[in-house]
Amino acid sequence: MAVERNMALTGQPPKSLNTIQKIGVLVGMSGLLILVLAIFNINLPNKTAWLAISLIALIGGIITFSKGAYDKKLEGIKNDAVWFNSISSRGVLAWIAGVALTGFYIVLYFYAELLGLGQGADGTNTGLVGLFDPLSRLLSGNPASQWFVYGTLYTVAIISFGVKFIMKYKHNRYEQLRTISVMFFQTAFAFVIPELMARLNSDTFSLPYNDLKNMWPLNYYAFEQWRVDQFINAQTIGLFFLILAVLMVFVISPWLTYKYGKRWYCSWVCGCGGLAETAGDSFRQLSDKGIKAWKFERWMINSVLVFSVVMTVATISTYLGYDSTKYWFTKNTFLISVGAFLTIVFATVTYFKRDQLNNSAFKGAIGAFAITIGFLLLIAFVDLNQLKINASYFSFGLNTKKYAFDGALRSFYAFGIGSIFSGVIGTGFYPILGNRIWCRMGCPMAGIMGIQQRLFSKFRITTNGGQCISCGNCSTYCEQGIDVRAYAQKGENIVRSSCVGCGICSAVCPRGVLKLENDSLDGRINSNEILLGNDVDLMDYVNKK
Amino acid sequence: MRLTVRSIHFEVKIDNQQSSFMEHIAIIGNGISGITAARHIRKMSDKRITIISGETDYFFSRTALMYIYMGHMKFEHTQPYENWFWEKNRIDLKKGFVSKVNHETNTLEFVDGETLSYDKLIIAVGSKPNKFGWPGQDLDGVMGMYHKQDLENLEKHAPNNEICKRAVIVGGGLIGIELAEMLNSRGIPVTFLVREKSFWDAVLPAGESGMINRHIKNHHIDLRLGTNLKEILADDNGKVKGVVVQETGEIIDCNVVGLTPGVSPNVDFLKDSGIELGRGVKVNRFLETNIPNIYAIGDCAEQHEAIGLRRPIEAVWYTGRMMGETVAQTICGNRIEYKPGHWFNSAKFLDIEYQTYGWVFGRPQEYEEQFHWIHEDDTKCITVSYHKETSEFLGINTFGIRMRHEIFDRWLTEKRDVDYVIQHLPEANFDPEFFKHFEKDILNAFQKQKLINA
Repeated sequence: MAVERNMALTGQPPKSLNTIQKIGVLVGMSGLLILVLAIFNINLPNKTAWLAISLIALIGGIITFSKGAYDKKLEGIKNDAVWFNSISSRGVLAWIAGVALTGFYIVLYFYAELLGLGQGADGTNTGLVGLFDPLSRLLSGNPASQWFVYGTLYTVAIISFGVKFIMKYKHNRYEQLRTISVMFFQTAFAFVIPELMARLNSDTFSLPYNDLKNMWPLNYYAFEQWRVDQFINAQTIGLFFLILAVLMVFVISPWLTYKYGKRWYCSWVCGCGGLAETAGDSFRQLSDKGIKAWKFERWMINSVLVFSVVMTVATISTYLGYDSTKYWFTKNTFLISVGAFLTIVFATVTYFKRDQLNNSAFKGAIGAFAITIGFLLLIAFVDLNQLKINASYFSFGLNTKKYAFDGALRSFYAFGIGSIFSGVIGTGFYPILGNRIWCRMGCPMAGIMGIQQRLFSKFRITTNGGQCISCGNCSTYCEQGIDVRAYAQKGENIVRSSCVGCGICSAVCPRGVLKLENDSLDGRINSNEILLGNDVDLMDYVNKK
Repeated sequence: MRLTVRSIHFEVKIDNQQSSFMEHIAIIGNGISGITAARHIRKMSDKRITIISGETDYFFSRTALMYIYMGHMKFEHTQPYENWFWEKNRIDLKKGFVSKVNHETNTLEFVDGETLSYDKLIIAVGSKPNKFGWPGQDLDGVMGMYHKQDLENLEKHAPNNEICKRAVIVGGGLIGIELAEMLNSRGIPVTFLVREKSFWDAVLPAGESGMINRHIKNHHIDLRLGTNLKEILADDNGKVKGVVVQETGEIIDCNVVGLTPGVSPNVDFLKDSGIELGRGVKVNRFLETNIPNIYAIGDCAEQHEAIGLRRPIEAVWYTGRMMGETVAQTICGNRIEYKPGHWFNSAKFLDIEYQTYGWVFGRPQEYEEQFHWIHEDDTKCITVSYHKETSEFLGINTFGIRMRHEIFDRWLTEKRDVDYVIQHLPEANFDPEFFKHFEKDILNAFQKQKLINA
């Protein structure tokens, strides 16, 4: 493609940065510099002040930059030069950012001591973690951990890039409202409330760190023994949270997904989605739209879902197995109810929705169901404690412990899915793979809601008759890699399990072709090539195929 | 493994045998019309299909060229089908320019001397930019904005605002304003010469056209209404250095001149072919030319008689698509007429989206009454057209408010009266959720106007 090389060399925005943007970069970078200095254990005398300066500089820098970028521009789509700018088109800056982010995640997950965790006298914090001690004490009363540092920076990123996103879409209230929503849920539910609730903990009462909106199976440790025990021991309030966690999975989420599609969570509530939609917005165009990527996605996300179900069931049934008097279930009643529930769901779907499942989806569903039931039987009839697994085979020698089967599943899930997939790859690779690679390929929660969205939901993206001109903006800017245009140019509604309802396809469409809607189930999936403008007789012939 | 290989081999054999007696459909042009025809012929038959284009290897969306220059998309994003699609669907792609159609021998001659024989031929060659014989119109740095090659040319002459200090665009239509938006995105100052006294006022009613004038100026584009080009000036190297304005004689220094006074059918190569030409390739309602087995569709086809209020030549994306669908039926043995339904179209003027359903005339017809509503922010307005006597709803133009095609198509078919349409306007709203609605304002304004008229 001669023209492309041409563009890559010469295509350029008018001026890379204006003065206000340069000031923003300077301020933001100085905030970042303070954090870097802290990492290298430079002694900062007044931690509270330096931390405050650093965070305010980060937020202020990003907002100033955004003001420079959007303030003087008229309302409209702001995608000029996206494919010329190095950071948003997998250029040098993107690779630098990707490597830096990935490195940060690896240190965070596996080498927190490098950030100063417990490195001071008597196990106090130094370095970066130490810098965050004052804020942590202010909120929870405890010294900071690497997770507190991460949570704070995560929230700062969602707030400041959220403001940027709101400025960018100043003409679009859907985009603004859902951004305000994720900013709120991150700040309140994922950060401030759980930190404050930690103040309630004492020697006789303790609750686990509880982000109310973080549901199983995205929250893969939601039903591990230590958490469930803590909830049960905390009596009324603990039981309330435990029951709420179960209701979220089986009642609240299905109901909201039925009414609004999975976007209620993925684009309005979720923390992963929140970061992807704000800090990750500059990378949405990088998702792979090819059919191969779609096939890979379907295998991958559903495999992770099966894995998470099996892992959770193995975990729960193990502690039910030796300790069932404390809980209301025995191991066998638990396994039987899980098996019965899955069978009923599977049978209902394959019977009532059989005409909506194509051959490969049907085969995949049978495979996933068979594997899950197989594991349930294994768990029921084999004492998992007897199965010892050497972790070094699965962790490149990083972990040399031997685990019982359920522990091995749990550790491998936490390592492979929880840390590597959702963190290191999911966020570290934003500038290379796009901002939703985890949500699209990995998140088991998105997997469940996706299946429901495809089969039992009022949500769809409506195509406006024959107005599509196949320009490709919708597909290009779909962070989930959906080839939106393929549907729009045929006049077909878009009903895809992976759609998180971010609404950007509708926003960037130059001809007003796409609209996110909740409407009746009838005619939601119209697979006919109904393109208005043609004489009705012709449409009869065309649709006959 | 061996079995698989053998079975593939077997299939290939059958395929070759079939192609020796399968009818060969050649399609000149890989735009939306030709591609749609090919796809539908493939759906309905096993005929051999060859698509010929000299412009690009694969089908791309011409309407999206602007977004490549603006950096919204890369060229590959403008291709609606992945590259494997064509081979998988047994649609042969041939790169080359046809120089001659020889209908007596059913062969095509290419510029490089090659030939290709066909059984049926579909001409879907699209348009080319108009040039009106301006002095200097072929200089280096003068260009239209239609083909992919035009885009490459623009990239060469206007990569940034240091190499291109100013661009002048001549011709106030849809391509002109797109070119202005493109250059604007790279910070290149634009002077926009528009012959009409208000932007696109042959098509848009005055209220709308005026709003777009102001919107163009808000984008710091130097819009010169009622202004014509006299000539384009060259420097010593035969490159553009400026233009002379007809009315004032003013010289505007510039490095690029965009000529965008519309397009016309790209049919010069058919001049002595025996195929009947007007401005385009003359076709009947079945899209057949005067030569049996030769059809023409899309921008290059010219109807003997206009269909309804439509023009005989329609250079519009969706009419190309519909003609492709129609001709595919005819070629596959189900001979049917091209019957476009109610007129509709859309465009985008910088940040303002425009949709139209039914007929709203820039200069109202004698039977036509128009109701115009404009929002105080000057970026949204609608014009509703209805019959003076019967108050039948005739059409709507909408700017900055998205509306539903399906609903208007139905209301036009049902011949609803204008009161019904204005009262039910909320049903037709297609803006994203949570957007502000204006139907009440519109209804109030409409009733007020009716009171005044009554």
